[in-house]
Amino acid sequence: MNKLALSDEILLQIDKPARYIGNEVNMIRKNLSEVDVRFCMCFPDVYEIGMSHLGIQILYDMFNKMDGVYCERVYSPWHDLDKIMRDKKIPLFALETQSPVKDFDFLGITIQYEMCYTNILQILDLSNIPLIAQDRTMEDPIVIGGGPCTYNPEPIADFFDIFYIGEGETVYKDLIECYRKNRDNGGSRTDFLRSAAKIPGLYVPMFYKPSYNTDGTLASFEPIYDDIPKNITKEIVMDVSNTFYPEKPLVPFIRATQDRVVLEIQRGCIRGCRFCQAGMIYRPVRERNVDYLKSMAKKMLKSTGHEEISLSSLSSSDYSKLDELLMFLIEEKGNGVNVSLPSLRVDAFSLDVMSKVQDIRKSSLTFAPEAGSQRLRNVINKGLTEESILNGCSLAFKGGWNKVKLYFMLGLPTETREDMEGIALLSEKIAECYYEIPKDKRNGKVSITASSSFFIPKPFTPFQWAAMCTKTEFLNRAKVVNGKFKEMLNKKSMKYNWHEADVSVIEGLLARGDRKVAKVVLNAYQNGCIYDAWGDSFDYGKWLKAIDDAGINLDFYTTRERDLDELFPWDFINVGVTKSFLKKEWQKAHNEEVTPNCRIKCQGCGAAVFGGGVCFENKN
Amino acid sequence: MKIRIKFAKRGVLKFVGHLDIMRYFQKLIRRSSIDISYSEGFNPHQKMSFAQPLGVGMLSEGEYVDIEVNTTYSSKEAIKRLNDANVPGIEILSYKLLDDNAGNAMASVAAADYEIIFRDGYKPEGFNFYEKFTEFFNNSPEVNVIKETKKSVSRLNIKPYIYNYSGTSDTLKIRLSTGSAVNIKPELVMDAFYRYMELPLPDFTFIYTRLEVYGNDSCNNLIPLMDFGKDIL
Repeated sequence: MNKLALSDEILLQIDKPARYIGNEVNMIRKNLSEVDVRFCMCFPDVYEIGMSHLGIQILYDMFNKMDGVYCERVYSPWHDLDKIMRDKKIPLFALETQSPVKDFDFLGITIQYEMCYTNILQILDLSNIPLIAQDRTMEDPIVIGGGPCTYNPEPIADFFDIFYIGEGETVYKDLIECYRKNRDNGGSRTDFLRSAAKIPGLYVPMFYKPSYNTDGTLASFEPIYDDIPKNITKEIVMDVSNTFYPEKPLVPFIRATQDRVVLEIQRGCIRGCRFCQAGMIYRPVRERNVDYLKSMAKKMLKSTGHEEISLSSLSSSDYSKLDELLMFLIEEKGNGVNVSLPSLRVDAFSLDVMSKVQDIRKSSLTFAPEAGSQRLRNVINKGLTEESILNGCSLAFKGGWNKVKLYFMLGLPTETREDMEGIALLSEKIAECYYEIPKDKRNGKVSITASSSFFIPKPFTPFQWAAMCTKTEFLNRAKVVNGKFKEMLNKKSMKYNWHEADVSVIEGLLARGDRKVAKVVLNAYQNGCIYDAWGDSFDYGKWLKAIDDAGINLDFYTTRERDLDELFPWDFINVGVTKSFLKKEWQKAHNEEVTPNCRIKCQGCGAAVFGGGVCFENKN
Repeated sequence: MKIRIKFAKRGVLKFVGHLDIMRYFQKLIRRSSIDISYSEGFNPHQKMSFAQPLGVGMLSEGEYVDIEVNTTYSSKEAIKRLNDANVPGIEILSYKLLDDNAGNAMASVAAADYEIIFRDGYKPEGFNFYEKFTEFFNNSPEVNVIKETKKSVSRLNIKPYIYNYSGTSDTLKIRLSTGSAVNIKPELVMDAFYRYMELPLPDFTFIYTRLEVYGNDSCNNLIPLMDFGKDIL
């Protein structure tokens, strides 16, 4: 066992000291004398969240299979330890060897949501790494970012040496080789970054220069050297049944958010909902082979001892061998394994499966209609119809279920009062559907919980041109919905709640921000913001001050509808899906026109350029 | 079949609390393919019960958990399987078969041994732990402490519940009444000891290690919990 970085006195006075001691089941141990490249993998949120993330487990396994490379982990210290580390000047350390992050060759940060940006600065700051990439020297690790937020890396471009755009399994080996070569040649940090920038999928922000129009929009975005690529194409794994997947995932001592085996069944989504970034940037859909998944499931259950397994994907019902996989998992239930199901399309088969793996009295049905009216569902291209929701509910109510959860968004493009009120009306219809069942066959009262989040336009979606609502407008709309709920006959069986509006506004700024927004993130951090994704920690006032001090106009980034021909800060990234396709979808949205999914009819979105997946199904 | 497992909790594992150790064992049992029995019902759980919980920060050479199994490996094989699936810091020390009518680990607990040493930098200069403690013990006709429970605050003379002690100038070994009848934590004794010496007791002064947990046999003798079971050959 390694000596811990923190003393007993510190560990015994903070909450959940086991967050900081490493030593978990399946942790990789290596002898540092046999290691020439040290990679520290970071999830910039608290341990229990970070340990639940599949991506890190995949990359941890991948790096540690490389000769001479040792990958360790670090997560954000919670508020209590953060304060102690600053007071006592204790440098941030990695869990495995408990040694300072600053001693590593690389610090890789996965960026899963915008509201973790200040936590990235906390990590750098506590590690004594200069916050601004340009200020770093050979003494500092190469700071590399990955994950969904890097599809618009500009608001955090100043803080990173490299962004890895796309799926992590492909070019890290090349990057490490490039690093070794540069070191052997006695090259400088800049020399290394110059050669790294030529590896596909890697974006080195300091080698690019934006220029702006007088109205603040982007005029051009160009590399500053001739040998640096103008565009970056995302990296993607085409054979997802023959790649890295951790047979022995880490098992934390304290209960993580995902305290179970996670089986990623496919990547991408065929649906094409117009608000959904994941649905566009992960195209095309690539399914993992079902036999591969079964064998992985068995190995992972054995190596972890987890008593539960769940499936992960954007839309599990679209996995072509889902029935076979679920039947296999149900058999595992005989071995004391619980199966936690993802949200499945509600039909006779899925209800049958659900009744076998979960307690009907306790479990609830989940639907994500996203919008209250069919008109608006057509605008957002959400295929779910009222008829299918009511049929599903009716079937489930007859089977003994009595709890329904509904997810909506407010502030969607073209939304009218009728669309908002539709949220309450749809909930009411579901309640009525329950009370159509004869009284002696009902299982008590029905309980319907409707929640709405606020719509935030994201890059690489058909809604990237859309205006976002102001905080006041969001809350007004929630009030309209809430008022309508109060008029409903079955209001006592229904509950309506909505997300925080102020945090959505900041998320909106960060999602479509440009390089100028980096100053806001820096100011916010210096004002004391961290853990902004946590309701208790988020401080809207500090963010508003940060925006003000940076001389940034919030409305320019949030409520402004973009011109069709505007150059976006993220346009230099090629995700396969083309801007012209997204533009067509944006126009179809205004015409309330539905686009069929990839399996029904190819729309030529551009993702076929990667040469595989759903684009080439049944085309042998 | 009822099985009693004895294990040590060492090093950094002292920062893992009792509830998390319970979850750790559920997964450990599954990783090592012990054929544990499950309860009936929709979400079956393993039949497993722990003896006296250990506070966060304490080490132990004598923790106990009882399980029920359908079939079993030999003690030697089971210990090897469990330890192969363990993290450094948890070690299975014994695995024994109990009589079907044996009381469970928790209910059986009557006493425990603790070793107490000073954390680096906390020992007063020239201090002889054993001698000072002996002075305190002999000169105190009663050792009164305030015991706070969830329901009440009461005064208790704990001297009769300090069964014996031994030690050196640096360490003290002490046997205390433990369990559901009268549960005396070693911290309580050290509090009283420092109060007697009229010394302030800074937090984190001592490192506590539980060495063994005892139950009463039919003649009311204290015997280690593992001795209630027998090896499986």
